[in-house]
Amino acid sequence: MNEWKEVANLEEIPPLGSRVVEVEDGSIALFRTSDDQVFALRDACPHKSGPLSQGIVAGHTVTCPLHNWKIDLESGEALAPDEGCTNVYPVKVEAGVVFLQL
Amino acid sequence: MKERLVLVGNGMAGVRTLEELLKLDPDAYEITVFGAEPYPNYNRIMLSPVLAGEKTIDDIILNDRAWYEENGIVLHTGDPVVEIDRVNRRVISESGVEVPYDRLLLATGSNPFIIPVPGSDLPGVIGFRDIADVETMLEAAKKYKKAAVIGGGLLGLEAANGLMQNGMDVTVVHLMDILMERQLDRTAAQMLKKSLEERGMKFLMETQTAEVLGEDHATGLKFADGSELEADLVVMAVGIRPNIELAQKAGLYCERGVVVNDTMQTYDPRVYAVGECVQHRGQTYGLVAPLFEQAKVAANHLARIGIARYEGSVTSTKLKVTGIDLFSAGEFNESEGDETLVLQDPARNVYKKLVVRDDRIKGAVMYGDTIDGTWYFQLLREGTDISDFRSTILFGQHDLGDAGHGDETRVAALSDDAEICGCNGVTKGQIVEAIQTQGLFTLDEVRAHTKASASCGSCTGLVEAILASTVGEGYEAQPSKKPLCGCTEHSHDEVIQAIKEHELKSMRAVFDFLEWKTPDGCAACRPALNYYLLANWPEEYHDDPQSRFINERAHGNIQKDGTYSVVPRMFGGICTPDQLRAIADVADKYQVPEMKVTGGQRIDLFGVKKEDLPAMWKDLTEAGFVSGHAYGKALRTVKTCAGKKWCRFGTQDSTGLGVKIEELTWGSWMPHKFKLAVSGCPRNCAEATIKDFGVVCVDSGYELHIGGNGGIKVRVTDLLTKVETEEEVLEYCGAFIQLYREEAHYLERTAPWVERVGLSYIKSRILEDEEGRKALYERFKLSQRYAQIDPWKERSEGKYAHEFRPLKLSA
Repeated sequence: MNEWKEVANLEEIPPLGSRVVEVEDGSIALFRTSDDQVFALRDACPHKSGPLSQGIVAGHTVTCPLHNWKIDLESGEALAPDEGCTNVYPVKVEAGVVFLQL
Repeated sequence: MKERLVLVGNGMAGVRTLEELLKLDPDAYEITVFGAEPYPNYNRIMLSPVLAGEKTIDDIILNDRAWYEENGIVLHTGDPVVEIDRVNRRVISESGVEVPYDRLLLATGSNPFIIPVPGSDLPGVIGFRDIADVETMLEAAKKYKKAAVIGGGLLGLEAANGLMQNGMDVTVVHLMDILMERQLDRTAAQMLKKSLEERGMKFLMETQTAEVLGEDHATGLKFADGSELEADLVVMAVGIRPNIELAQKAGLYCERGVVVNDTMQTYDPRVYAVGECVQHRGQTYGLVAPLFEQAKVAANHLARIGIARYEGSVTSTKLKVTGIDLFSAGEFNESEGDETLVLQDPARNVYKKLVVRDDRIKGAVMYGDTIDGTWYFQLLREGTDISDFRSTILFGQHDLGDAGHGDETRVAALSDDAEICGCNGVTKGQIVEAIQTQGLFTLDEVRAHTKASASCGSCTGLVEAILASTVGEGYEAQPSKKPLCGCTEHSHDEVIQAIKEHELKSMRAVFDFLEWKTPDGCAACRPALNYYLLANWPEEYHDDPQSRFINERAHGNIQKDGTYSVVPRMFGGICTPDQLRAIADVADKYQVPEMKVTGGQRIDLFGVKKEDLPAMWKDLTEAGFVSGHAYGKALRTVKTCAGKKWCRFGTQDSTGLGVKIEELTWGSWMPHKFKLAVSGCPRNCAEATIKDFGVVCVDSGYELHIGGNGGIKVRVTDLLTKVETEEEVLEYCGAFIQLYREEAHYLERTAPWVERVGLSYIKSRILEDEEGRKALYERFKLSQRYAQIDPWKERSEGKYAHEFRPLKLSA
């Protein structure tokens, strides 16, 4: 089983905002929704690899800044009628600290 | 326990109501649907292409059986409801199924009218209404040679065309002396008849059918004048009658249709009715667009939201016969006191007529070139005063400017592989295919599924025209009151007004007051609201970075590889050797891969990594630069020519004035980007007449031009006025900008805004109302006190540092 790794304090991610985590093989985008849940996706839109971390977060979705695809933060899947999926990473918040499982 | 909803009639209006209801409240009811036909809900208006062999029945199914199952809907097909027991609140079907209801939705549609002449009940005599009729026609086409279609209206001509495509010899029998008299005037009808005749269709006009001949199958028609016509198939397409039999039997009040109020309720408030069976304010409707509007209202009430009202529809018509472009809307036959504008070009087979009353369009008929039908229809429904562009209106909207599509506007004539959307590479064939197989009815749906017109939008008119000619009479035009986005029913204007009048000063306040449907808006409404709040409450509202599109949040333009571009402001385009050296040093230091001079006379540094931005801005700030806002819905640049100081033709100091204007206006947030220019003489080297605000210097002063655009759709400015001093230029410029900032819709450039509100209106606010102008100017200067804080400097000093700094994993 892969380890949980500490990435940030919750307050380092603005509500309805995101932060980028640099990992060995690219970037992961961490999103904080208005209900204070945190989601982690590969920072690449399934469409043309746009940086999802730079998109606008609303509900449990993010809109890619390049061509406005909407991606579900829970599943990583594009909302219909667009089709595609990006990797989702397990993430948890404990006592205000965000952990990521890689 | 859940309440029970029963839908009687499994057609487009009823099922659309269910779809709208499921969107609003998926768990409100246990739903049961009864349909007389053995199919799930299909797209009735696509029967013509099925008949013409362009589509199959499977292609036109809108909701397959899996859809009903997924939504927990019990579906009974091929089993019509025969009784409504209102006392015990239950319905009984032909096969004996009994289902109780708490709410009942009637959508029984209509029946084709069969002329009561002898022989009309013979086999071989049918209407054109459902899949069974189409199957009968296709069978007949295999066996027989000759067909007669009674009725030269929309449906009759589509049936006749379809039968002809199947190899039959078709004669259309029409009682009136012109075809489609309910949609066309005489000229257009004659043009239509001529081109149908050229395709081989035959016509008997002013001919009344007296009898269908034949013993055990139709063999021909006999007319009132005694003449006869041989025909093995007779299609009656003389009109439809609302199907009110069941409602009448249940004692619901009916006239021509089931009478409903503005909330789509019958005289029994538990019973709703939508679609062709309905009579609303004395009107019945046979087209899809009004039915869908009704569906929205009924669903809103079934979901107990209770705010929507149906107030009737104005409809437009298109004939779905491949290759024929025809459009009509409103009162197309002029009455006394009306004026008509006509453009007729017999050689090109083009005819356009507008009926105008008090400078407002009342009706339109077009033949041959219908690309502007949707535009005229919009002007008609919105009651727009056309006096500002009346002299050119017949040449179409593209006359107001286009991106060089020229004559490529006759969509019916375009081949399937013609590229319509140049941004996303979508062809006409792909759009038509998506509309027909996915069951699309609106521009937004076409955009979502095909991406056509979803980027720059310059092909919107073409896509709308394709939508209209493919869907035909059912085309759902953009509603005149368009909601800001899917999160609300309110339009831009209503939101702006509420923010002003009710002093809403935060996004939360707007969401709560206007009852937003989503918890935190979406990527479309949040940036709009952030702008409206900022424009209305410059002193109090705090900008919300999370509601900014990334370019405005990161203060650079995001590029396709995720890097950013940086454009320092150079006031009026003037620069010094030191400034150029500083830019060059920054480019070296941060290894900028490419530099470019922009169209607005600035220098663009491409390919900058996001985390380098603050440090780069620090160096630029120290060299005296501020942000150029090249990334924002904001004041972009003031382009200038050399002017009097150097140019032998210059009449005024255009560069000096350009610098002053830019010093006044930089940093201002706008509904959309805003470009200015100052030219030193009428040679206009700064191209001021395609800018949002352009100044052309002349010997005696300054001409002020507004609403130009050099982008998607080239639009030359309108002359606002001429003033004598630089101070006046600044005042008029500031006032115009502020009027635009306060009243335009978010993402609306000045060009469409000026066209929407009219030049006369702008003149009334800026020229005729001196006090108002000065007040606008003061409000602009006030908001600039808060806007002219350089975002680059702030961020180079650490503001919003988290935006630019990636997180590291702790080991």
